[in-house]
Amino acid sequence: MDFILENPLILALIKSLLVVGVVMGMAAYAVLAERKVCGWIQGRPGPNRTKLPLLGDLPIIGPFLTRLGIFQPMADGLKFLVKEEPTPGHVKRFYYVLAPIVSFIPAMTTMTVLPFGLWKTADGVQPLVLANIDIGILFILAVSSLGVYGIILAGWASNSKYPFLGGIRASAQMISYELAMGLSLLPVFMWFAPETGGSLNLFNIVQAQGNHYWNVIPQWTVFFQPLGALIFLVSLFAETNRAPFDMPESETDLVAGFNTEYGAFKFGLFFLGEYTHIIIGSGVFVALFLGGWNLPWIGLPAGILGAVLSVLVFLVKTCALIFLFIWVRWTLPRFRYDQVMNLGWKKLLPLAVANFVLYLILIALIES
Amino acid sequence: MAIKEVSIGDISARGAAAEQEFQGEHLVVNMGPSHPATHGVLRLKLELDGETVTKCEPVVGYLHRGDEKIAENMTYNQFVPYTDRLDYLGPIHNNVTFAMAVEKLAGLEVPPRCQAIRLLCCELARVQSHLLGVGVYAMDCGSITAFMYTFTEREKIYSLLEQLCGARFTTSYTRIGGLQRDIPDGWLGNVRKVVDEMEPVLDELDALITRNRIFYDRTVGLGVISKEDAIAYGLTGPNLRGSGVALDLRKDDPYLGYENYEFDVPIGSTGDCYDRWLVRMVELRESLKIIKQVIDSMPDGPWYAEEAKKIFAPRKDKVMTSMEELIQNFMIVTEGPQIPEGEVYFEAENPKGLLGFYIVSKGGGVPYRMKIRSPSFCNLSILPKLVPGHMVADIPVILGSFDFVMGECDR
Repeated sequence: MDFILENPLILALIKSLLVVGVVMGMAAYAVLAERKVCGWIQGRPGPNRTKLPLLGDLPIIGPFLTRLGIFQPMADGLKFLVKEEPTPGHVKRFYYVLAPIVSFIPAMTTMTVLPFGLWKTADGVQPLVLANIDIGILFILAVSSLGVYGIILAGWASNSKYPFLGGIRASAQMISYELAMGLSLLPVFMWFAPETGGSLNLFNIVQAQGNHYWNVIPQWTVFFQPLGALIFLVSLFAETNRAPFDMPESETDLVAGFNTEYGAFKFGLFFLGEYTHIIIGSGVFVALFLGGWNLPWIGLPAGILGAVLSVLVFLVKTCALIFLFIWVRWTLPRFRYDQVMNLGWKKLLPLAVANFVLYLILIALIES
Repeated sequence: MAIKEVSIGDISARGAAAEQEFQGEHLVVNMGPSHPATHGVLRLKLELDGETVTKCEPVVGYLHRGDEKIAENMTYNQFVPYTDRLDYLGPIHNNVTFAMAVEKLAGLEVPPRCQAIRLLCCELARVQSHLLGVGVYAMDCGSITAFMYTFTEREKIYSLLEQLCGARFTTSYTRIGGLQRDIPDGWLGNVRKVVDEMEPVLDELDALITRNRIFYDRTVGLGVISKEDAIAYGLTGPNLRGSGVALDLRKDDPYLGYENYEFDVPIGSTGDCYDRWLVRMVELRESLKIIKQVIDSMPDGPWYAEEAKKIFAPRKDKVMTSMEELIQNFMIVTEGPQIPEGEVYFEAENPKGLLGFYIVSKGGGVPYRMKIRSPSFCNLSILPKLVPGHMVADIPVILGSFDFVMGECDR
């Protein structure tokens, strides 16, 4: 046992499997949450029929879980796996198969540097993260923007008109919002530079947010950089192709956009990638703006209990943000493609620059 | 048996050939006949320059059934179910319009109670159709929730129609000279309940969509139809009124006693997609107002033209007891209502616009020739002029603002 725990390779393997498992499970249940919340918003019950043979037959718990649709994600996932995988005759086959993989891998990769908790031991704090690297946020921005290649590739390899238009829209949109997104983050790191020593590491940023100003106001970024938080959130919606920014797959004009020609598990990969993207994006927002695992005024206890609590707090905040994603999607109409561009370039980018300059001056004033 | 191999060829090569045909770099896209935004089987051949439409050619006829020809082969009452399938989003209004056209040809006046019931049905159909119209319009802009809200209300009208005539969707409620049956006991109370429940939902819809910034930005100034164009292309209904022309047959040429009820006709100011939305929303409220007035003033008396012995089949209880009525019933069922020789054109303000029936009769129970003027067909005729210059994403919005039905357009 000791041998396993002391071998860093095996430990890393166990940790990654755990994290991947949790995130995949969350992605599957985010789909359920989407369907269920959407149903409630629209005055419908949502999925409530799928039943698992043994668990579903239990007296009171069984029907309750069935009504909640707890088993639905399993059926959904299984459907993707066992469906026939037709490949249309007119596609560019190699790239057609490659595209879902290319869009799925970045979504999975970004989670490695996202800290989701901390472990307080006698000899200091240990971050709960797969890879605690110093360039944290840069890594996330770089890798997550690779995801757009999968969509462009899908649109192009499908060799069909609607996916092609969807692919073009996706590339333009995602590049436009990356700038505003990056700029809105700069003030966060500048603000915490005294505490973190100018590090881009996400763990340090979250730890810095654990303090309080005058012992009253929690030092969460969202409280003193609300504009930056808003810009980042809007960019996050655009980056993850969520409504009201779901241009690449807006079903009313482009049928299903870039994934029109995809079916079965290849479509499943796109789908899973999209939801993973949302979960990781929410996680990044929580870490950067909502104080991560910090609770206002209450310190977390040391040891294993504190570690579990910190992960729970982080997950609860992330889930709240995912709920916001779902809520917005089922409330607002969709933008038009050129309006999305206008919003990105003419409104968000100048705002982000102004925000950046404002905090530049503020920080300079505070320091002098 | 030999199997013949059919090659569909290289699709990209065929695409390239099509591109050549439309000169150079423009992309030719088929929107429809099977596409989520075209509400049925409308097909638009679009020529795109980037995302901008340079040419639009609507192709209709995928739902053509030859209703006008079918009408020549059956009695007037047998054709009533076919009118359900014209504008199938407010079928009961088509029933009424058709029955009134034939009655005009026969010179027959139905009693006040029948008229009031028919008027109530017409307004229910208008509410039903507009609810779907605005819901689908919102859905075309990406707001699916609004569609669910309106459809929930529409569902209640289905239930009302089920209580009225047994069918939820294809009502076939009218007969020449009367109705299928009188309204059931307590039905008016149910209608009032549904109407009262609907008003808060309309307010909610206003908050969710009408005053929504994204929706506003997407529809204002989009698909502008000038007054002159609207008249020149024969637009009718809310689409015409959205352009600022106050033509509403309920006011201008009242039938069914519309002149006795208090209501306003909304008109738009610029003729863009937002105006067409507003006109429908206001018309919904006006219709609810009319329905309430009809409920309060529903007259008593016969609900079919009793004196028209050769047109309206007698009631079943009389058929079973009286010889004369048995013969009368037999004649009308086998030969159809006896309509005198002549020709007539009658149109009424349907939810989608002016639905007109032109009927030529050589006497007897079967029309010699029938022509249907369907509002959706005329409304869609403006698309080739209207759509070019807009973006691809605007097309669903424009189509949604037109609120057309292909069952009626293709007939």
